[in-house]
Amino acid sequence: MRVLPRIGRRRPLTCRELVELVTDYLEGAMSPREARRFEAHIAACPYCTNYLEQMRITIRTLGRIEEETLAPRAREELLAAFRGWHSEEDGAPST
Amino acid sequence: MSSAPGKPPPSGDRDVVAALRRGDEAAFAALVDEYGASLLRVARLYVPTAAVAEEVVQETWLGVLRGIDRFEGRSSLKTWIFRILMNVAKTRGERERRSIPFSVAAGGEEGAAVDPDRFLPADDERAPGGWALGPTRWPTPEESLLSGETRRVVLDAIEKLPPSQRAVITLRDVEGCSSEEVRNVLDLSETNQRVLLHRARSRVRGAIERYLDAMETTT
Repeated sequence: MRVLPRIGRRRPLTCRELVELVTDYLEGAMSPREARRFEAHIAACPYCTNYLEQMRITIRTLGRIEEETLAPRAREELLAAFRGWHSEEDGAPST
Repeated sequence: MSSAPGKPPPSGDRDVVAALRRGDEAAFAALVDEYGASLLRVARLYVPTAAVAEEVVQETWLGVLRGIDRFEGRSSLKTWIFRILMNVAKTRGERERRSIPFSVAAGGEEGAAVDPDRFLPADDERAPGGWALGPTRWPTPEESLLSGETRRVVLDAIEKLPPSQRAVITLRDVEGCSSEEVRNVLDLSETNQRVLLHRARSRVRGAIERYLDAMETTT
């Protein structure tokens, strides 16, 4: 018969503790036991379910922000530099 | 579990590198368009003005072109480009006297993910440490969060983060870098990267929440 280590009987997480563990959970940085403890809390707590969902929405929103792009002038200069660089390369071996 | 949304992983660094080496301008333009904005954001963390940041990015691309023949593919192309940027930006930042110590300690480690006042005390009889003022559901569809105002709120929140948090969340969540790429580019340990990411994401979530709550009460 297996004896569960003491840590297996840790008390449930509080909401206040859970919000500090969301990134560990989403990053897969928890042990299976910690992850189960986290999920057990989520399953029983609608507020923390909301909270976890809000963190996921935040991450997805961050991934969809359209950023300002490089100024067209800077882009043009770069492409010109690229053409210049390459024709130089062709002419003389680089050092 | 990797949850980085956004751009797909680079489709074959080897093809891109080969294209650059043979002078394929379209390949270079695509690279500039893909990473230009992110490079600019990260450069901005190290130098005082947007104009200098643009120069840093330009210099980075020239560094990429100069070095591409020596690129061995030990890291991803993206990591390599960002590392060149970091070197250029740090050199430039020192010259401009705005070098930023880059550690968790400098990242504003204080501050909980959520205002502690929103939880019941630890000795509460019914729910110790439970929510006193729990988060409400956000409006759906979540795409509505990308409309002008909320987008501004998110960008402002990123802007107000301590530099190291801002760098991590920009690379990781906005740019879609993997955790390994972020660690390599910023020279962070796995734990430090995660701590900074957690602080940053928590603050951005909080900013969205405050904005949505204010909307609720005014409409």
